[in-house]
Amino acid sequence: MKKLKLVMIGNGMAGVRTLEELLKLSNELYDITVFGAEPHTNYNRILLSPVLAGEQTFEEIVLNDLSWYLDNNIKLLLNRKVVEIDRVKRRVIAEDGSEAEYDRLLIATGSTPFILPIPGNTLDGVIGYRDIADTQAMIDTAKTHKHAVVIGGGLLGLEAANGLKLRGMDVTVVHIGEWLLERQLDKTSGQLLQTALENRGLKFRLCEQTQALHDAGNGRVGSVQFKNGDIIPADLVVMAAGIRPNTELAEKSGIPCNRGILVNDTMQTYDPRIYAIGECASHRGTAYGLVAPLFEQAKVCANHLAQLGFATYKGSVTSTKLKVTGIDLFSAGDFMGGEGTETITLSDPIGGVYKKLVIKDDVLVGACLYGDTADGGWYFRQIRENHGISEIRDHLMFGENALGDVGHQGQDKAMSMADTAEVCGCNGVCKGTIVKAIQEHGLFSVDDVKKHTKAASSCGSCAGLVEQILINTVGGAADVKPKSEKAICGCSDLNHGQIRQAIRDQHLLTIAGTMSYLNWRTPNGCATCRPALNYYLISTWPGEAHDDPQSRLINERAHANIQKDGTYSVVPRMWGGVTNPSELRRIADVADKYNVPMVKVTGGQRIDLLGIKKQDLPGVWKDLDMPSGHAYGKSIRTVKTCVGSEFCRFGTQNSTQLGIELEHDLFNMWSPHKVKLAVSGCPRNCSEAGIKDVGIIGVDSGWEMYIGGNGGIKTEVAEFFVKLKTAEEVREYNGAFLQLYREEAFYLERTVHYMQRVGMEHIKKAVLEDPERRKALHERLKFSLSLEQDPWKQRLEQPQLKKEFEVIPVKNLEVPA
Amino acid sequence: MNWLDICALEEINVLGSRIINGPKGDIAIFRTSDDEVFALDDRCPHKGGPLSQGLVYGKRVACPLHNWQIDLETGLAQAPDVGCAHHHSARVENGRVQLALRDAS
Repeated sequence: MKKLKLVMIGNGMAGVRTLEELLKLSNELYDITVFGAEPHTNYNRILLSPVLAGEQTFEEIVLNDLSWYLDNNIKLLLNRKVVEIDRVKRRVIAEDGSEAEYDRLLIATGSTPFILPIPGNTLDGVIGYRDIADTQAMIDTAKTHKHAVVIGGGLLGLEAANGLKLRGMDVTVVHIGEWLLERQLDKTSGQLLQTALENRGLKFRLCEQTQALHDAGNGRVGSVQFKNGDIIPADLVVMAAGIRPNTELAEKSGIPCNRGILVNDTMQTYDPRIYAIGECASHRGTAYGLVAPLFEQAKVCANHLAQLGFATYKGSVTSTKLKVTGIDLFSAGDFMGGEGTETITLSDPIGGVYKKLVIKDDVLVGACLYGDTADGGWYFRQIRENHGISEIRDHLMFGENALGDVGHQGQDKAMSMADTAEVCGCNGVCKGTIVKAIQEHGLFSVDDVKKHTKAASSCGSCAGLVEQILINTVGGAADVKPKSEKAICGCSDLNHGQIRQAIRDQHLLTIAGTMSYLNWRTPNGCATCRPALNYYLISTWPGEAHDDPQSRLINERAHANIQKDGTYSVVPRMWGGVTNPSELRRIADVADKYNVPMVKVTGGQRIDLLGIKKQDLPGVWKDLDMPSGHAYGKSIRTVKTCVGSEFCRFGTQNSTQLGIELEHDLFNMWSPHKVKLAVSGCPRNCSEAGIKDVGIIGVDSGWEMYIGGNGGIKTEVAEFFVKLKTAEEVREYNGAFLQLYREEAFYLERTVHYMQRVGMEHIKKAVLEDPERRKALHERLKFSLSLEQDPWKQRLEQPQLKKEFEVIPVKNLEVPA
Repeated sequence: MNWLDICALEEINVLGSRIINGPKGDIAIFRTSDDEVFALDDRCPHKGGPLSQGLVYGKRVACPLHNWQIDLETGLAQAPDVGCAHHHSARVENGRVQLALRDAS
């Protein structure tokens, strides 16, 4: 097939990200040509301020070097500004006369600094702050001149002023507004910021308008004159009074523009062959100037360029962060408030802390933080997820940590941590390593950080901390999304919710069918998506969809737990943690016969045989003659019990019996993540029911049921769910809740995280308030489990399944000489 | 090359693998979705995890211990990880899997 010709005008972050996304989808569709006006490959424009401040070098902020373009067969034409688009003949023409024909054109010309229309604005020493050339001009001027004036007290202006000050200049910031950063801050926090910057030696002139720039007599600017007549010296004037979408070329070519090139939800302009993206594009009346929305646009645009045609862009909620080292400032969403909104404010001017939260209809819609921005990421997530906050309103101001036990997830620690402090305890990664990787490789998401540093890639408990470090390092550019919005993996752009829904709505029954229906990018997925799809299929269509052992990770394929040396651990089931002499004898005999190096009692009241070779597994199971304990699966694990009223002098209920019954009820249950239960016979709660997915506590008048507890990575206390009279009721309510979880949770989402996502109200509505629905849920669970068999027994009886455990015998194996 | 007969192709599951006891440790033989076969020493270059126990997708296997992604053709770990598992030649002839050992040099 002959390739189509794709031409991109502009070589900046939004455009190149679109190409990256496109190449992920298809590298065979297009011959790609890129025109860049600057002499550089794509670099991280948002890190120009750290370069100006001397904290990073130009080399460090390059995102794609020449070899990237070469490797992807992209023809890169640098230093060539495109001056004409000939839409009839479908070609673009650059200043130097070079031309390129296109089938699809992508305009990513970005924006230009707004240069005030005042006398003297073309003098030497008057610049915008936009690219490497501007930054270099500032660095050079700081070496030879003294006085700098920055016009504009927005993010860019303040970053420029801070950098110039650090490079030794005397800097005055002129701002037309009443306070600094009026688009990001309210008045109080703006004033706090001003005081902090004044303490660093910056000068400010607020509510001031510039009237003219005067020549020093040599063609270079020498002073600035204000409307009120004041004149101050200036050897350098930086115009940072806003940016304008760079639409000149588009307008000249007759493409409709209105403060940006007009695009629809698929990033197409009025000429369907031409797309526009990034700061030059106007989507539903907004031209975004921050990088995170541009990346979202890039994904959508790439999807259409790749001729998939299902992604749409609906606009973005944005957050910003000032990149001035030592000053913490964060704002997101609608932080100014207005009609129909309420605000909660915390103000400590002496301590330099100010926080404002804006709430509308019980939903957090905006946040503005100064001085303590540790919870910025969390607030941003709340805003994007649209959660009702009425239940946590009392504590909202105090951040995520105020909501309960903190464990060691530690979101608030990111800023104060030393570079040498360990962030990821599993893989031994410290903060400095993560920050360095983010800066050097231009990383924007936690997944990128995982890949490059291994941090948060094992148990994941530090993911929150890594996210905070990411936000602190790249600010609003950080791609932080809740799991409910994130793509399942690199194989698809769809998130877990969309995939679950498609499987249900379209009655999809196989992994291959699902991948083909949902346009998977890879022929058979990867180790992330296949186990998830397998679970979604068998839980949605029990009896119709068939389990695919090859799409399960090894523990669920071998039905034992792999250890670091490649051996396995075997945990036989002991219902409710109760055993007897005959079982114990068999376990002892197995341990002798197979030379088991360690026999250990687990936290879940079971016996673990560790260090068993894979080929011995079937023999061990046969000799044990006990059912699988499922200690290896995303499945029912154990029901822990105390001895209860049968023996205990305090026991009020027969907790052991109920535990055994519940464990039989749930035997062979696969679930989104592991599920652990406990039953206690009295409120002393010796079985630790408060930290289980479902915890039952016997009281004199019946049973209390708690849900969503977790004793692992981050301790979570289970929440009270319902008080019931009989053991029969407990079994029904328990089955209904777990079936709801099985049907609605995302793969690898524990009950606590599922609960946090959908809300307790939702679960109560389904299980408590509607008896019909509760019974139906319980029935569906029973039906589903009626089709399952003990996996150990199954493997002993079916030779085909036993193959997995056998070594292929081969004779005459010799290494060639 | 000295091709050794190993087993019938059906003995290995699609997107699965089996091991043989090689002269210098176990060798894993993988089968992809389009019935190609590949052979690697059954040791991940990271911490020696048994690659035969990993999940196979495309022409890669994910190590069961720490999810390193190993290329079946070359044994190379996918970036950003760095390392290489020793690979051998494998092919399917008349429905039989054959293996030619490559000495570790």
